[in-house]
Amino acid sequence: MRALAATDVLRLDHITMRFGGLLAVSDCNLAMARGELVGLIGPNGAGKTTVFNVITGVYKPTSGRVLFEGRDITGMRPDLVCGLGIARTFQNIRLMKSLSVVDNVLIGHRVHMRSSLGSAVLRLPGYVREENLLYEESLKLLDDLGLLKYKDTPAGSLPYGEQRRVEIARALATRPRILLLDEPAAGMNPYESQMLVKFIRDVLTRFNLTILLIEHDMSVIMEVCDRIMVLDHGETIAEGTAAEIQANPRVIEAYLGVGYKHAGNY
Amino acid sequence: MAGAIEHVFLYRDPSVVARRARLRLACNLVSLALAAVVVHWLQHNLGDYPLRILNLAAINVILAVSLNLIYGFTGMFSLGHAGFMAVGAYVAALLTLPQATKDVIFLMAPLAWPFNVLSAPPIVAVVAGGIVAGLAAFLIGLPVLRLRGDYLGIATLGFAEIIRVVANNIPSITNGALGLKGIPNFANNLWWTWGWAAFTVWFIARLVGSVHGKALLAIREDEVAAEIMGVRLTYHKMISFVTGAVFAGIGGALLGSLITTIDPKTFGFMLTFNILIIVVAGGLGSITGSVITALLYTVLLEALRPIEAGWRLGPLAVPEIPGLRMVVFSLVLLVIILFYQRGLFGGREFSWDWLIRKLERAAAGTAATAGAVERRTGATADAGAESEAQATRPGGGWSSTAGRGTETGGRGGASKRAPKGT
Ligand SMILES: Nc1ncnc2c1ncn2[C@@H]1O[C@H](COP(=O)(O)OP(=O)(O)OP(=O)(O)O)[C@@H](O)[C@H]1O
Ligand SMILES: [Mg+2]
Repeated sequence: MRALAATDVLRLDHITMRFGGLLAVSDCNLAMARGELVGLIGPNGAGKTTVFNVITGVYKPTSGRVLFEGRDITGMRPDLVCGLGIARTFQNIRLMKSLSVVDNVLIGHRVHMRSSLGSAVLRLPGYVREENLLYEESLKLLDDLGLLKYKDTPAGSLPYGEQRRVEIARALATRPRILLLDEPAAGMNPYESQMLVKFIRDVLTRFNLTILLIEHDMSVIMEVCDRIMVLDHGETIAEGTAAEIQANPRVIEAYLGVGYKHAGNY
Repeated sequence: MAGAIEHVFLYRDPSVVARRARLRLACNLVSLALAAVVVHWLQHNLGDYPLRILNLAAINVILAVSLNLIYGFTGMFSLGHAGFMAVGAYVAALLTLPQATKDVIFLMAPLAWPFNVLSAPPIVAVVAGGIVAGLAAFLIGLPVLRLRGDYLGIATLGFAEIIRVVANNIPSITNGALGLKGIPNFANNLWWTWGWAAFTVWFIARLVGSVHGKALLAIREDEVAAEIMGVRLTYHKMISFVTGAVFAGIGGALLGSLITTIDPKTFGFMLTFNILIIVVAGGLGSITGSVITALLYTVLLEALRPIEAGWRLGPLAVPEIPGLRMVVFSLVLLVIILFYQRGLFGGREFSWDWLIRKLERAAAGTAATAGAVERRTGATADAGAESEAQATRPGGGWSSTAGRGTETGGRGGASKRAPKGT
C-alpha cells in the first residue's frame, strides 16, 4: 500500500465487513490523494459495492475506520456523509424515475439550501432568491454536462446511457469532493463506453474531484485510472498501475478462475 | 423582488419569469374573488341539505389532500387518518361545548381537568384540534416511521384503533361510548369549511412545490437514493406525517362540528378507507385530483342515496339494499384503477400555464415568444429534443409533477400559485 500522506482525501483503514457468516470485505486499506482516479475491480461478489456502502454510511463496517479529509466518518448517517462532500452513483441506476431530470438534479442541490421550511411555504424573498439560485445552478450543471435538452423529461423515460449521465449529474449537484461511481459503463456499447471515459475525465478535472471507480469494462478501467485495486472474495489481492495489474498472476487467476465477465450485472 | 435577484438568472429571462409570476398571481386573485362570490351566493341561496353536502365535500378535500401529502407525495402508506381526525374532533368539541351541555352529557364520569374549565372560540378550537393531532402523529411517528410499505400501514391502522379504544375507555374526557352531543354547529358554513380547504390546499401545494418538498418526492421515489443524496429521512418523513396529521385533525374538528355528535364509532376504519378511495382515484401525488375527486365523491355519494331505497325499472324490482352505494363506488374505483392506473389525474396538477401561454401568444402575435423564454434551450440546437421532451409531458393545461413549477388549483377558490415559474 502507498504511504499515507497528509493530503489524503479518503482513507480506508483496515475495513472489514461481515454479513452473518459471509466475509464481504476483509481488511481493506486504501488511501486516495486529491485529484486521483482509482479503479476498484474484481469478480462478481468480490465486495466492491460493499466498500461503497461502507464509505457512504449505508453499512457500518464490522471493524476498521473510514477517514474523509482526516475526519472519522465510520458509520455516519448517509445524509450527513453526503453533506460532507461524498457523492455516489448506483450499480442499478436509482434515479427518481417519475421526476424530471432537473428535479433530480435539484434534489442534489437541495443539500445546500439554507432557508427554512417555513420560509419556503411562505415564499419569503430569501427563500425565493435561494430557490432561483439553486434552480439556475441545476440548469447550468445540466448544460455543462450536455443534458439540458432533457431538463423536463421524466428521468425514467431517458435512454439507459443518458440515465447514467443524469445520475452522475445528480451526484455532482451535491458539490462533492469525492465521487464514487459504481459500474457506470454497465450495459453500454463500446462507443458509449468511449464517450463515458471522456465524460469521466472531463468531470474529474472540471469539478476538481477525486474519483473511485468500480468497473467491469477493462477498457474503461485501463484507460482512465491512475491506480487500480483488485478485490477477490473480500480480499485485496493486488494494487498498482494498469500495467502492473495486467501482469499480476493473482489477478489473472481470480478473473480466469471464476470466468471473466465483460459487463456487470445490473 | 425580481430586481434583487436578477443577477441569478443565467438560463431564464428574469423579466419573463417576473411577468409570468404576476400573471399567475392575477389569475389566482381573480379566481379567488369569483369563488368568494360563488360561496356567498350559495351560502344564501342553498337549502340546508345541499349546504351540508358542500360543507362535507370541503372537509373531504381537507382530509384527502392531507392524506395525499403523506401517501401520494411522500410514499408513506398511512392508514391512521381516522385516528388523527378523532383526536382533532374530540379536542375541538371539548373546547367549544357550552358549559351547560358539558354539565348534562357527562353521565358516566365528570369531565376531567383541563377540559372542564377550558373553552375557546371555534377558530382556536379547530387549530388546537390540529395541533394536538400533530402531537399525536409526532409521538406515534417516532417508532413507526422507520417502517416501510405495508408494515407502516398496519402500524398506523393499529394506532387509529388504539385511539378508538382509548376514547371508549376514558369517559371522564370522551364520555366513553356515549360520545359528545350538541357540539356547536359552526362548521355548517361554506366560508368556514371551504376557507379551511383553501388554506389546506395552499399550504400543502406550497410545501410540495418548494425545494424542500422535492425531498419528500425523493423519499417516495427511492428512499435509499434520497438518503445518499442528503435527505434526512426521519426529519422529512416526520414533517410530512405531522403536517398531514395536523390537517386531518382540523378536518376532524370541522366534521365533529358539522355532524354535532361524535362517538368512538364515528372514527372507524371506513372513514380512512373512504379518504383512501378519494386519494387513489384522484391520483397519488395530485392535489388537483384529490380536490376534484373529493367533491365528486361526496356529491355522488349523496346523489346515489335513492338507489338504496329500493326501486322498480319496468319488470325489474330492486329491493331496499343498504350499502348499495358503496358497491357502486367500489365498482367505479375498480374501473378507474383498471383504466387509469395512476388515478384520474396521475401526478398532474392544474396550472394557469395554458392561459398564460395563450395571453403571451396573443400579445406577441408570433410564435417566436416560446423561444424567447428560455434563452439557451428553446429555439437553439436543442429544439428537436425540446419538443421531444414536451411530447412526454401531458398536454393541455396540465403540468406534471415531473415538470417544474407544479401549480395547484382547487375548486371553490382553492387555486394557489406555486413557486414561480419557468
Ligand atoms: N446486505 C447484505 N446482506 C448480506 N450479504 C450481502 C449484503 N450486501 C452484499 N452482500 C454479499 O456480500 C458480497 C459482496 O457483495 P458486493 O455487492 O459488494 O459485490 P460486488 O463486488 O459489488 O459484485 P458485483 O460485481 O456483482 O456488483 C456478496 O456475496 C453479496 O451477496
Ligand atoms: Mg457491485
